Amino acid sequence: MSGIDALAVRLRSELSPDQVLTDRQQLRTYECDGLANYKVIPALVTLPRTAAQVAAVVRACAGAKVPFVARGSGTGLSGGALPHADGVLIVTSQLREIVGTRPADERAVVQPGVINLQVTKAATPYGYYYAPDPSSQQICSIGGNVAENSGGAHCLKYGFTTNHVTGLEVVTPDGDLVRLGGAAPDTPGYDLLGAFVGSEGTLGVATEVTVRLTRLPETVRTLLAAFRGTDQAGAATSAIIAAGVVPAAIEMMDALSIEAAEAAVHCGYPAGAGAVLIVELDGPAAEVEAQFAEVSALCDTFGAFEIRVAADDTERQLIWRGRKSAFAAVGRISPDYIVQDGVIPRTALPEVLRRINEVASSHGVRVANVFHAGDGNLHPLVLFDAGVPGEAERAETVSGAIIDLCIEYDGSITGEHGVGVDKARYMPRMFNDTDLDTMQLVRCAFDPDGLANPGKIFPTPRLCGERPGRRQGVHPQQVAGVAEIF
Amino acid sequence: MSVLDDLAAKAGDDDVVGGVPARLVAAPASTEEAAALIAAARDLAVVIRGGGTKLQYGPPPRELDLIIDTRRLAGVVEHAAGDLITVVRAGTPMAELHGLPGQQLALDAPPSATAGGTVSANASGPRRLRYGTARDLLIGITVVRPDGRVARAGGKVVKNVAGYDLGKLYTGALGTLGLITECVFRLHPVPPAICFVRATAPPTEAAKVLAGQFAPSALEINAGPGTAPETAVLLEGTAAGVRDRAAVLARLLGGEITDVPPPWWDTPPWPTADGLGLKLTSVLSGVPGLVAAAVDAGLTIRGSAGAGVLYAGAGCTADNTAEALRADEALRADEALRAVEVLRVAAARAGGHAVVLTAPEAIRDGLDMWGPVPGLDLMRRVKDRFDPRHRFAPGRFVGGI
Repeated sequence: MSGIDALAVRLRSELSPDQVLTDRQQLRTYECDGLANYKVIPALVTLPRTAAQVAAVVRACAGAKVPFVARGSGTGLSGGALPHADGVLIVTSQLREIVGTRPADERAVVQPGVINLQVTKAATPYGYYYAPDPSSQQICSIGGNVAENSGGAHCLKYGFTTNHVTGLEVVTPDGDLVRLGGAAPDTPGYDLLGAFVGSEGTLGVATEVTVRLTRLPETVRTLLAAFRGTDQAGAATSAIIAAGVVPAAIEMMDALSIEAAEAAVHCGYPAGAGAVLIVELDGPAAEVEAQFAEVSALCDTFGAFEIRVAADDTERQLIWRGRKSAFAAVGRISPDYIVQDGVIPRTALPEVLRRINEVASSHGVRVANVFHAGDGNLHPLVLFDAGVPGEAERAETVSGAIIDLCIEYDGSITGEHGVGVDKARYMPRMFNDTDLDTMQLVRCAFDPDGLANPGKIFPTPRLCGERPGRRQGVHPQQVAGVAEIF
Repeated sequence: MSVLDDLAAKAGDDDVVGGVPARLVAAPASTEEAAALIAAARDLAVVIRGGGTKLQYGPPPRELDLIIDTRRLAGVVEHAAGDLITVVRAGTPMAELHGLPGQQLALDAPPSATAGGTVSANASGPRRLRYGTARDLLIGITVVRPDGRVARAGGKVVKNVAGYDLGKLYTGALGTLGLITECVFRLHPVPPAICFVRATAPPTEAAKVLAGQFAPSALEINAGPGTAPETAVLLEGTAAGVRDRAAVLARLLGGEITDVPPPWWDTPPWPTADGLGLKLTSVLSGVPGLVAAAVDAGLTIRGSAGAGVLYAGAGCTADNTAEALRADEALRADEALRAVEVLRVAAARAGGHAVVLTAPEAIRDGLDMWGPVPGLDLMRRVKDRFDPRHRFAPGRFVGGI
């Protein structure tokens, strides 16, 4: 009996048989996450329903030295939940209970499989919501958000998942259930909670998440400003920030992404727009009114030829519809596309956009730009037709060149999608050997055997040496030829 | 020892941490110098010192050879106003960062505290309610590891999820994982208008403020034996917006609108020397109970009822003559120890923790300053990886780390 077969037998007895999948057709369902160009069929899939069951699976993996990968809704865009061919996939979507909504404490306690938007829906009756709002919030899970430190359109003002998670229950790679942080802030000791959030499943599996709830704002005002081009829209963005205004969101779309959105959802953005800005302000009514007037005036000054103000929630939804549909909409104008995710300093926006266009046209590739302009988080959509020989390669080249630009301008290779398997190769360009080695000291503290989501984030795993007072001998990854000494 | 001889000098009478004198003191002026120093000091026990505003916090080091003073490692390297970020050396005084042109590092700290010290101590103040704490504002970090190697994490953009967030690990680590030499911070615009609403009101009133639409930047309370409890709220924004909100809030609390904070604002309720001072955390609904427990135990308590982070304290030996002190101190020490015990229980009931930041000499020895900490095994493993010989601030941190 192979190691995996033995593991399956053990897990079927510890969980129930229907929670352990080994049939190849069933396993194939889980071969990729939201980044479908990477596919690996896992050796085994488990569907735990409790934290204790997650711990049992991880403990079994640790005992058998089998790698494991956690997966939430599978919407990630960096291949963070890509399975391991010889490993166990732990699907957390059965852990979907909202354990408690405590508006008086401004907290909710949820299981990792709970969908992001459900947290807000549970809190809204009390006048609260959960601020991080990735575009996939109708389907993505909180556990996945924790792993990826997900952002969203409104993180300009409200921050990311890491700023809104105050406590976790996690299963460590040893299979122990441990609490990090809590409902109260500033738990004494190292901020392991802060290290865990955004660690892409490489430090363990979250089994319960305590999140901060945010008071619903008194007023939300949204405007759409149409410009002739991205330079003007970028200048308006900088002017708004320079004026000391911190909008809830500033989103930009360029001509090609507007064209795609029009084709897909008929959002009715102003004709002839080379770029649109969506600016949303929220907060106390008096503050919002004053700042809204300022933002409108600045858009006007920097060349907006039309400004639409949402009069009600329906009009607000309409303005957002074009933006939120943009990724999928690009499918209307191109058979295939790569969604890139990079960050540059906001002030470099016009310059970097020009250089992206240069790179794209020199390779004969179209790039639609959609981005969180307020924080310089670019989402260029690189269009191609996989049916045309050479196009996919050219698109890859352009997509990589965009990341090069982000590094050149002191930005980041990822603002919210994570490194995963897709960008591990870029990590040595953003960080030197010692930087990466230092990150892996943390990994070694949590996971000396490198079993938790191996192959993600780091291009080369670090051998951790022996745990004080534990196992001796050669590292299994070295034997397997998958690791070299760092 | 030649590098060490060049970079370190013999310690003076003031180079003492928690009563433990150092042999040597060094003040490197750059990350490179600091790296050379730490590499050369590989056999020494090290404590890092910034402005010294919190050096008395925590247990004394188990051993101490070298104090690394960061105050020469100072200065703003970059202030990118359009990008709302600044790059600063760790020894830069916070005073400099509170007054950047048109912008601010929105982290309350004494003016002489350093940026690195504030991060290392995870210090925060009233405005944490709006702006968060060091963990939220620090977006990039450069450190010298205990083995003398220089490492960076994060970067110069706010939105960045590439790699582990080591900045968070170093925030609040009290120098036990190495030396922070440079920090990148997110900045905020200086609000055009601010005002305070002050009221004589019990901490239960805080819930009303939070449930309203006041968007408070700070919500502070102050209570102590024999004094009426107070609530004070900081509002920031446009002149008109602040005025409107303040008027409604003042009516709600039955208070007054002022331009200046109350005298107790952002001030620890214990004397600089030889007092008892605790940091207490709580879920928001637990704050009134925790306040009551502290006042019952004879302590003054103040802090953020909006964030659930409070400070309680007492001057333990004030106003005693030397003659009277000995008998009286034993009694007071007994009371102080009992107060710590009571507050540990009360904080745990409120879902939080009670950490003793400072305590009189007389009771330090018998006191577990940190109290119980969850996840200690993982924390020890982190320490073992970063500082396998436990040379950096040995014994100063949780669980004897």
